[in-house]
Amino acid sequence: MTGLTADSLALLIAATLNAGTVLALASLGLLINERAGVLNLGAEGMMLVAAIAGYATGVQTGSDTLAFAAGAAAGAAMAALFGVLVIWLNTNQYATGLALSLFGAGLSAFVGITYTQQRLPERPHFDIPVLADLPFVGPAFFRHHPLVYLTVLFAIGLTWFLLRSRGGLILRAVGESPESAHALGYSVRPIRLLAVMVGGALCGLAGAYISLVYTPLWVEGMVAGKGWIALALTTFATWRPARVLLGAYLFGGVTMLQFQLQGQGVQIPSQWLTMLPYLATIVVLVLISRNPMWIRINMPASLGKPFHPGA
Amino acid sequence: MSSTMSKRSLLKMAGWASLAATAALVGCGKKDEAAAPAASAASEPASAAAAAPAGPLKIAFAYVGPVGDAGWTFAHNAGRLAVEKEFGDKVKTTFVEKVPEGPEAERVIRDLVGQGNTLIFGTTFGYMEPMLKVAADSPAVKFEHGTGYKTAPNMRTYDSRTYEGAYMAGVIAGGMSKSGVIGVVGSIPIPEVIRNINTFTLGAQSVNPKIKTKVVWVNSWFDPPKETEGAQSLLNQGADVLFQNTDSPAVLQTAEKAGKYAFGWDSDMTMFGPKAHLASAIINWAPYYIKATKDALDGTWSTGSVWWGVKEGAIDIVSISDKVPAELKTKVETIKAGLKDGSFVIWKGPILGQDGKEVLAKDAVADDKFLGGIKFYVKGVDGAVPSGN
Repeated sequence: MTGLTADSLALLIAATLNAGTVLALASLGLLINERAGVLNLGAEGMMLVAAIAGYATGVQTGSDTLAFAAGAAAGAAMAALFGVLVIWLNTNQYATGLALSLFGAGLSAFVGITYTQQRLPERPHFDIPVLADLPFVGPAFFRHHPLVYLTVLFAIGLTWFLLRSRGGLILRAVGESPESAHALGYSVRPIRLLAVMVGGALCGLAGAYISLVYTPLWVEGMVAGKGWIALALTTFATWRPARVLLGAYLFGGVTMLQFQLQGQGVQIPSQWLTMLPYLATIVVLVLISRNPMWIRINMPASLGKPFHPGA
Repeated sequence: MSSTMSKRSLLKMAGWASLAATAALVGCGKKDEAAAPAASAASEPASAAAAAPAGPLKIAFAYVGPVGDAGWTFAHNAGRLAVEKEFGDKVKTTFVEKVPEGPEAERVIRDLVGQGNTLIFGTTFGYMEPMLKVAADSPAVKFEHGTGYKTAPNMRTYDSRTYEGAYMAGVIAGGMSKSGVIGVVGSIPIPEVIRNINTFTLGAQSVNPKIKTKVVWVNSWFDPPKETEGAQSLLNQGADVLFQNTDSPAVLQTAEKAGKYAFGWDSDMTMFGPKAHLASAIINWAPYYIKATKDALDGTWSTGSVWWGVKEGAIDIVSISDKVPAELKTKVETIKAGLKDGSFVIWKGPILGQDGKEVLAKDAVADDKFLGGIKFYVKGVDGAVPSGN
């Protein structure tokens, strides 16, 4: 008895898209700055600061758009701080990223003290007219927050940008061989900073999505490790947007599925089921990326390495 | 070349220094809230001299979550504040928040001993072994461990009968569920949580004997996104009243969004889901924390294990929603009164296990040992108890 009716399958798909969006957004952001050769381990901190910035703005203004803009801006600002430290002052990227993560956790907790007791104003449901009323596909695909669709569009756009556009080529050049890009006359440091800030803005959107849409409330530390999962996902997806998307939905889907199994009383210890999303995502992504050639081609060659113009 | 090198390393050093400053800023999770009263106490030593010659009693609290979790740790901190209010400058309290369970806790607790605290509260199950270790090395310090079962000559355990709140919530859930399916988001499968799931179910069955309980475990005390996912999954599976043994208001919030019902847990959570909120089963740690502090101040402190409930004012159900019919409200009030004067017992046979076999014979009353070792589900709960504990 699986109990998986069409209705519950639709709900499962809906929950999967919702859960995957947070990871996909953050992961795509990290992918951009890693493609430029900068590893930012501060994702968790950026997401937390963005979550409280978005939530606070939402509470004060009642505007969804402003709230998300504030989240993205907060993420970008945090990333800019990190960027200046690692790109111009050449601090160690790993240590600086970890510090950013701690700093973000502390800062968000401090700023957020009063917001734990406040609620977001009532907001409308996001149903796409007509399509949302279709049986099965309606509840599964067409009753989501706009950001869910924008994330998919963005992933497609990013693939095109990275592989087909001049800008993408420059970005990759900066991440592969900054010396060559520099020799060709590109300003490696500003380009890296821009990539880091775009990455931060996307992590910020992901953080704001958590506090505004996913779990609409503010409690300290509410991102609860999603930033770290996003970092791992970027690597396991070998820095390719489509795979990031696949991995994110897979992770979200298996998370929801294992809860479904638990609820139905499947005789597997819940600890194993809780591990399942991580295992499944790693196994699938490792399998599709097992070609060592592919990894070498896709991994930015200068990832994590500082660049000194004139050296 | 060498000049650029030195410039570079200088820049690097500047970067590290700013980093270190940042880390120092955020690393201090510790707060000395009562520093000012402590100073004033020192200036007039005569009044407190008899009871505590060395100035105020230094009390420390180790919390597993952030004070701002709006649930478990928030409730403990309210207890700490009550101690400060009660004893004024006779005590000096400090706390450390977000102390992970396990080896890290030992380091923090040792640190608290090193700072001269002589009464230390550890507020989560996972501090049990670390506290035992530190207690053995610090015989002059009194340790209070929450929700555990091991004691030492200088370590007492205390707990609250959270299951009494779960039962009263269950009564309301049983009366409010239309689908006949209620859901629980469980945290970590230890006896306390399993007991709460069972007692919640027994409460619901007292109103609607056919009710079914579905359970999902998130294997974490505090993970709002995952609690949301667990709650969403229960709703997807047909549950229309949710209950949780996790520490954040995420489950209530999810029910609010879906137009279903849920409860507050540990603290009053009405504001997180005014429409979904049926009631909050709260823990009031203040009476016990005040008693323990008084024991330590009077020199009457002794080890043991303390389990307080509705009777001692440690457990209550509050902010019952207007959506709950008067009849159901009266039933809850009657149960509360019964628990208070001892005339009503929740765990009294016959109680059947999941497989239909009697786990508690007719008219038998479960003692605390039985309640402390519940590792089975009662009839009506779906699924298997996670193994490994």
